[in-house]
Amino acid sequence: MSSAPALTTHDLAIGYGPLRQRRELSRGLNLTLAQGQLVCLLGPNGAGKSTLLRTLAGAHAPLSGEIRINGVDMRSLSVQALARHLALVLTDRVDAGHLNAYGLAALGRFPYTDWSGKLSGQDEQITQAAMRAAHCDGLAHQIVSQLSDGERQRVMIARALAQQTPLILLDEPTAFLDLPRRIEIMQLLRALAHEQGKAILLSTHDLELALRYADRLWLMPNDGVLAEGAPVQLRTSGQLLHTFAGEGAAVTTYLSELLS
Amino acid sequence: MFLKRQPHTMTMTAFPRLDLRKPVLLALFLLLAAAFVASLAAGSVSIPIDNVVRVLTGGHADKDTWRTIVLTFRLPKALTALLAGAALGIAGLQMQTLFRNPLADPFVLGISSGASLGVALMVLGTAAASAAVFGRIARFGDVGLVTAASLGAAAVFALIMMIARRVHSVVTLLVLGLMIGYATSAAVSLLIYFSAPEQIAAFTAWSFGSFGGVTWQQMRVFFPVCVVALAGSLAFSKSLNALMLGENYARSMGLNVRVARWWVTASASVLAGAVTAFCGPIGFIGVAVPHLCRALFRTSDHRILMPAVMLTGAILAIVFDLIAQMPGAGFTLPLNVVASFVGAPLIVWIIVRRGSFGLV
Repeated sequence: MSSAPALTTHDLAIGYGPLRQRRELSRGLNLTLAQGQLVCLLGPNGAGKSTLLRTLAGAHAPLSGEIRINGVDMRSLSVQALARHLALVLTDRVDAGHLNAYGLAALGRFPYTDWSGKLSGQDEQITQAAMRAAHCDGLAHQIVSQLSDGERQRVMIARALAQQTPLILLDEPTAFLDLPRRIEIMQLLRALAHEQGKAILLSTHDLELALRYADRLWLMPNDGVLAEGAPVQLRTSGQLLHTFAGEGAAVTTYLSELLS
Repeated sequence: MFLKRQPHTMTMTAFPRLDLRKPVLLALFLLLAAAFVASLAAGSVSIPIDNVVRVLTGGHADKDTWRTIVLTFRLPKALTALLAGAALGIAGLQMQTLFRNPLADPFVLGISSGASLGVALMVLGTAAASAAVFGRIARFGDVGLVTAASLGAAAVFALIMMIARRVHSVVTLLVLGLMIGYATSAAVSLLIYFSAPEQIAAFTAWSFGSFGGVTWQQMRVFFPVCVVALAGSLAFSKSLNALMLGENYARSMGLNVRVARWWVTASASVLAGAVTAFCGPIGFIGVAVPHLCRALFRTSDHRILMPAVMLTGAILAIVFDLIAQMPGAGFTLPLNVVASFVGAPLIVWIIVRRGSFGLV
């Protein structure tokens, strides 16, 4: 584990432009994501959670400012180099046909194999360890298209682990899952952060689960002013209520009851 | 089996094998060799296998005419079928993965029509003289023919790729591909309309599809183009495995998506273009062979699928050609008739048996 935080941003502005009409979603972001931390990114739809996640993942260019991955400026990293620092779990539908779960998880070794993609014994061992850590080694033989949503999400997390990156970003990993599966995934991610020292950032709509499992919360309200802190802090400071203030009276009432 | 590979791990779960299944590939290779020799022996004149083998190894047949038949007519034809089958299968596999669409193939998405348009523009478009199509082709040179077909194929492919970047619905993309195919076909029809009858006749014969039209002279172009593009396509097996998960995941795992997509597109266009130029538009092999191989090998790993598709495509093309000749019947069916009659039920069988396509 390096001493530098897994991810830092300096005066980061995110949004779209300048080709299309410039639309700034948030600015002045000075964020830190430390090793061994599980951070949940919360906020109403349209506030820019996905854009922030995509920007931090290097899939979308920032409007201005700097992103450092393990102390290195992201702009100086090639696609190949970045893949050894940062792994992604997306909401994109994965339909890998006849691939079995083991083969899918083993794709995480992509940045480490040669041009032919041949897996060494070590690559296979790392993949197997990743599947055990994500509690999906029992699914190894199953065809990906026959997995349930929750099972497939575990395998995709195993694939991200097999990529052996200090940093993992997940876009709404609990969407489409039923409550027991959502709890399991959150528990798994917290364990990976705390036991393996991974820095994990996930966006989610699961407020209650985020409050319970996250080490830190990043709140992204519609006004673009991001609030950051421990769940306890943000509960009491009123920031949570503020973040979802535009979502209507029913939501505000629900949140007040939840937080009291 | 498993113990041999994992003596170092005390696992509670046995993990499946991810190796290349060489025995099945070897079996396919032997099957291809058998089909190849059989296609040299069968035809309007049947030639004993031992004579065929003797001619191939540089010896003499019992009759001199047999030697001539094998070397001048059947060998280039069998070689063409082998290369075309492998090329169409690989082009189909590449497109199915690139578009993440189980129905994509050079024919369905209009790439073959694009190649036809390229050929038609060259052959029919410059209709100053009234030379027959293949006389004209000879004059333009085979390099020009492949270039025209490949450019036509690449133009349509590029158009589809551009649309595919904006349109993410698989069904919409397929319909658009079909429409582009119709439009290019209409352009070809328009060219035909203003052409001389003998050109039309020759062009129609070309559009039926045939492996028999490639001479040794033309093989000097067809063979190296196919072999280089096929060998090149192998280098992108790993990239295709990543692209199976979509471009976002592929990029996050360190793939330079733009470069990979460019090379795979180029390779698929050249393969589809070259085959269409020399053999006419041939359907079903491109879409059917990748599915057949996924079912046969029960995998989507392109490191296995690439060689498997090459071998299976070559075998199927040779077998289709054998059936088209109707040994003993004294006439030859158009290749596309056979491909459709055999290919359509094959695809139906695959879909019904699997319940769904899954995806690529």
